[in-house]
Amino acid sequence: MTFSHFSAVLLFSLFTSVVFGITQRAEPKMMIRFGAYCFVLFVGAVIIASWVMYGIKH
Amino acid sequence: MATDAQQVAQRIPGEKSSLPAMVLIAGWLIPGLGHLILGKWIRALLLFVSIVSMFAIGLAMQGKIYSPSTGDILDILGFAGQLGLGLLCGLAHAFGWGAASSVNTLADYGTKFLVVGGLLNYIAAVDAHSLANGRKAS
Repeated sequence: MTFSHFSAVLLFSLFTSVVFGITQRAEPKMMIRFGAYCFVLFVGAVIIASWVMYGIKH
Repeated sequence: MATDAQQVAQRIPGEKSSLPAMVLIAGWLIPGLGHLILGKWIRALLLFVSIVSMFAIGLAMQGKIYSPSTGDILDILGFAGQLGLGLLCGLAHAFGWGAASSVNTLADYGTKFLVVGGLLNYIAAVDAHSLANGRKAS
């Protein structure tokens, strides 16, 4: 099975955020909020790091 | 009438019971089983799908299954992480799933999926243990 690097990042972020949300918060509403927060941080950090690496190379 | 969650939360911390140890081991062996035993089936299903998907994607990307007997400290650490997958790790070793080494970048990503899947399952099993002994409210 072939994934692009970005789709691999999205899948990793999704599944990891689900587990973090469930295990790190007690209330369902807070679980969803924390899971979404983790997902945005994961993906956002990757996008920023990608642009930084692009900037270093060019 | 108290719900299952309230009954679990009202359990006295430190009280002698085999339930916390049982859900800890069950949650480690099969992702989400600890939460299922506690009646939290939606969380159990989400944990099961997430961790088994991490495992399946890791294998599909030709991730490496670590062996503890190579003598390399990094291999031992990788094995400790993947051991968190419980029975899935045992199945991978029994049937020879996964690659012996990471041959390209995506395979290296696959290895990370396998290790992180195991580490997430450790967290999920400990969460079930905390729910069972009352340390976590709900």
